[in-house]
This record gives sequence, C-alpha cells and structure tokens, in this order.
Amino acid sequence: MLNSQTSAFKIIGYYVGKIITVLAILQILPIITSIVYKEWDIVFDFTISMSLALILGSLLVIFFNSARRRKIDWSHGMIIAALSWFAGMILCAIPYYLSGNFNSFLDSLFDVMSGFTTTGVVLIQDLDHVSNGINMWRHVLTYLGGQGMVVLALTFLVKSTSGSYRMYVGEAKDEQLLPNVINTSKAIWFISIAYLVFGTIVLWVTGIFIGLPVDKAFLDGLWVFMAAWSTGGFAPHTQNILYYHSLWYELATVVFFVIGSFNFALHFALWNKNRKEIVRNIEIQSMSITVTILTIITIAGLMKLNVYPNIVSTFRKGFYLLISGHTTTGFMTIYAKQFFTEWGNLALFAVIIAMLIGGSACSTAGGFKGLRMGIIFKGFFRDVKRIILPESRVQIDKFHHIGDTVLEDKHLRSAMLIVLAYILTFAIGTLAGVFFGYPLSSAAFESASVTGNVGLSIGITTPGMPNALKIIYIIIMWVARLEFMSVFALVTYIFTGARRRWLH
Amino acid sequence: MVALKMFFSVLFAGVLIAGSSNALEVGSNELISSAKDYDKKEIVYSGEVIGDIMKRGQNCWINISDGDNAIGVWAEESLAKNIKYKGSYKYIGDEVKVTGIFNKACPEHGGDLDIHAQKIEIIQKGYISKRPVNIYYILIAAILLVIAIIMNLIIFKKKL
Repeated sequence: MLNSQTSAFKIIGYYVGKIITVLAILQILPIITSIVYKEWDIVFDFTISMSLALILGSLLVIFFNSARRRKIDWSHGMIIAALSWFAGMILCAIPYYLSGNFNSFLDSLFDVMSGFTTTGVVLIQDLDHVSNGINMWRHVLTYLGGQGMVVLALTFLVKSTSGSYRMYVGEAKDEQLLPNVINTSKAIWFISIAYLVFGTIVLWVTGIFIGLPVDKAFLDGLWVFMAAWSTGGFAPHTQNILYYHSLWYELATVVFFVIGSFNFALHFALWNKNRKEIVRNIEIQSMSITVTILTIITIAGLMKLNVYPNIVSTFRKGFYLLISGHTTTGFMTIYAKQFFTEWGNLALFAVIIAMLIGGSACSTAGGFKGLRMGIIFKGFFRDVKRIILPESRVQIDKFHHIGDTVLEDKHLRSAMLIVLAYILTFAIGTLAGVFFGYPLSSAAFESASVTGNVGLSIGITTPGMPNALKIIYIIIMWVARLEFMSVFALVTYIFTGARRRWLH
Repeated sequence: MVALKMFFSVLFAGVLIAGSSNALEVGSNELISSAKDYDKKEIVYSGEVIGDIMKRGQNCWINISDGDNAIGVWAEESLAKNIKYKGSYKYIGDEVKVTGIFNKACPEHGGDLDIHAQKIEIIQKGYISKRPVNIYYILIAAILLVIAIIMNLIIFKKKL
C-alpha cells in the first residue's frame, strides 16, 4: 500500500514539476514587456520569480523522473490538476508581492487565483500606476487560466498520451475535439491564439479611434482581449471598461466575451464549417433563453427605480452588466458601490442568477454551465410529459450538443450533482459574508460572483476585507473553477496519506 | 464723494459675489455613494490625472483619481491643454481641480457617472516617479538564474 502511495507521489510530483516549468517560462513575457518599457525593478522581480519556479520545477522533474513512464490513473490526473493550480498560485504571486502593489502576500495570492480562475475580482493597490510588466502578467495569467495550464503543459511538454486525458478532465474540461487529447489541447490553443490575434487588432484599432496613443491602444487591446476571451474581467485601469467611455469599445468586448464563453467543441465545429451547430446546440439555446429572461428582469428592475435617464442608457448599462455576469466575465461599466446604492433588489437578483448559471461547459467560463441547465430543463419537461402521457407510450428525449444524445437519468444525475455543489458553495460564501458583517444581498452578490468565477463586485472585495474571508473566497474560486472533483481528490489524497502514516 | 465711495463698494461686493461659486468640493466616494444628492449640480472635484487624455472631436475625456476612485471628466479640449503629466507607472500625474456639473447617469454618455467640466485648474504639477532598483534583488536574481539555468541544462542533457 505504501509503495503505491510513493508511486503516486512520484507521478504527481513529476507532472506538477513540468507544469511549474511552463509557468516559469511564461514569465519571459512580462520580462520582455518590462525591458521594452525600461521598468528595470520589475525585470528583476520577475527574474527572481521565474528562477525560483524553474528551480522548483526542475527539482521535481529530476527527483521524480523515474515516474514519467508510469501509468496515470484518474485520481493522479485530478490531483495533478488541483495541485498545479495551488502551487502555481503561490509561485505566480511572487512578482506581484515583490512589485509592492499588494498589501500582503495573501492579497497577491488572491489576485493570482482570481486570474487563474478567470474570476476578475482584485485586491491590487493603485492599479492606475502599475507597471506594464505586472499588467502583462495579470492578463497572461487570466488568459492561461481560461484555456487551462494543464492544457498548455499537455500541448508543449508532455509527449506521452497515456493518462493525459485524466489530467485534462481534472481541469474541468472533458470535450475531446480530436481523438488524441494532446491534439485536442493543441486545437484549443490554436483557436485561442487565432482569436487573440484578430481580437487584439480589432481592439487596437478601436483604441486608436477613441483617442488612445498607438502603443497604449495596442497594450490595452491585447490585455482587454485576453480578459474578455478568457471571461476574466481584469482590465489595466481601476475604472475597468468605464475608463474608455466608449460604446464601440463596450460592443467589441461584448462580442469577444460572449464568443469566449462558448464551448471549445462548438468553436471547433464552426471552424470545420458546421454552422448549423450554433442554432441547434443545447448550450446556445439554453443561454439565449436565460439571457433574454434575465435581461428583461434587469431592465424592468432598473426602469422601476428610474436608475437611468432613458431606455438607451438603461439597456446599455443593464444588458452589458447582465451579459458580463452571465458569461462570467465581470467587466464593469459602473462603480461597484452603484450596484448596492442604485440598482435595487430586482436587477441584483437577475445578475446573481446570471452569474450562477454562467457560460458553456469546456469553455473559459465558470458557473453551473449552459449544458447542465439545458439538460436539467429537458429532464424536467421529460418528467412532466411522462406524467401527462399514457404509461404505455415510450418517450425518448434527446439533446443536441455537437451530436444528438439520448437523455438518460445518468446525465441528469451528473448535472444535478454539480449544480447542487455550486449552490452549496454559493450558500457557504454568502454565509461567510454575512458572518463578517456584510448585508445579505451584498454577501449573496459577491458570493455568486466568486462561485461563478465572474468578477463583478458590489464592493466587498477590497484590500480591507477580513483575511479569513479572502481565504474563503480563494478556496471557492479554486474549487468552483475545477468543478469540485479535482480538489476533493487532492484533499482525500492528503487525508488518506496522513492517516496511513499515522497508523504506521 | 460719498456717492462715489458707495458706488465702488457696491461694485466691489458685486464682483465678489459674481466671482464666488456655490460649488461644493466633493470626493469620489461621496459622489458615488450619494450620487442622487449631487446629480446635475455644480461641484468641485480634485485629483490626479491618470491614464491618457482621450480626444473626441472638440472635446476629450480625462480620468481623474482622488485616491479612492477615478471619475471621468468630459471637457473641451482647450481646458485640458495645460495638463502635462498623466499618472502611470513612470509619472505622477498633474493634480487638478475641476469645477463642473456632476451627472449620476449622464444621458449624453450612455448613463455613465461623470462630470462635465466648466473649469480645470492645475493645482500641482506632476513629476517623474523614481523607481530605484534594489541592489540585493539584482544579486539574488543573478544567483537564482544561474542555478535555474544549470538545472535545466541537466534536464535537457539527460532528456528527463
């Protein structure tokens, strides 16, 4: 038994080492940015952080290299994904902390997890004076988190396909676009980088058109695209998207974050000219219905309180923030406090529901996911039909997601379990907020935002919030982004190991 | 002579009254949390110019931060012509005092909370922000980088 424990330990150590090495190499991007802009202090912060990550990653690879050809089972895959995210959080927070833009190392950890999980709530200080290097790192982290760091490692560092699928699933992605999971990872990165080039050009040109200098328009375009596509919600200014004061910039971001919230399998189908999929796909149908209903509720809530002077601005603000919440992006065009002081309970309720539902499965988005909502509703109507129709009649229901699938109880059970886990997590986050003295509606709003990995804030997430609440939110973001199973596998592994050692 | 004195006294008082403003000096936290109280009123808001001045036709957007929040100020371009430093990593921006009409949800700008400036005064010039490099960081970075390179060369050679 102890042998299998040791073997598992080595396998996990080896692959976590590989993933840490990828995270270290990525720090070259902010280093180059800082060199270009002559931010020398930041260059050294990143060199320290990159070197530390490289040393740790190398140590793990050297010590555990005997495990590289061993079979990875399901629990290993899950634990590798969860542990990589945790170790990545600590290592990637080092340049944040060294930059002096954070009050504490805990705040740095919070922002890294917020980036990785594409949540977008921040504790960074004085964002308007932050270096380009740090801003590059913030957005690279959220872009990486959206596609998945395990996906990245699989693409570039792991040659063996055996067990790769288990690591891939551990990161809450289960669509195989191609028969081989490494080719699937490559396809995900190909799609994301193709959109990155296109999206950056669009936002760059828009930025110049709205009065930004050429180089700033490029950097802002690149960063805002990374955050939009990853449904991350970070921006290089404290005012977030409000900074730009531009309808065109808002429209461009809406297009990109909506596309970013789509399932990679859908992107792949469209890439292969299967255009009908966008109309037939259950996730798109589900999202269209929930967005329409929740937009109507939001607009009604805002109109009832006369929050905005005319229907155009009511729709512009209401729809933008609702769709930003629904896709779990978290871009904001109002101040956090305005949600609390102006929006009223009806509109807030709609945004909370939207944040919990979230985007599509196997996408950059968080939340329950459209696929599960679609399956649950189909199941509900199937059961209603069963009651109404004669018992002798055999009813077969199907749902369409890339192909047609017969709706079975196992689909329903699996969807319900994950949705239930999200609701419990949301309840824990809300209770924690209330415990620390925040009003119920605010606590529920912020909890929905971290549970759905959204990033809209009602003003609770500030550097001054209690440290215990910061830790609770970090855990919620991590658990929710990996859809529970990987983190549960890691916790079980740690407890089982500790118990065995205790008994021996 | 008395009549002349009285005339000048009245004239002086008139100039003082006309010159004074009823505008309230308000911070961003107060403007955002009590936006209704200040809506469509003349206010004075002070803070540092941050980011870029974005030109739109004859006007421009200037984002001004008082340390708590940044608020967008819509102004004629001529009002912003004396602003030299804009806050960023390299600069502390000019500190300005804006007198203008506050909008809780501006009908002209899609419901944005903003200020339409009538007057912008520079109250303190901005400056270059010095960011010295810590010598110990350079040493630590160099040592760690050498160790990291050696270890990765081992991995590369042994094809681990």
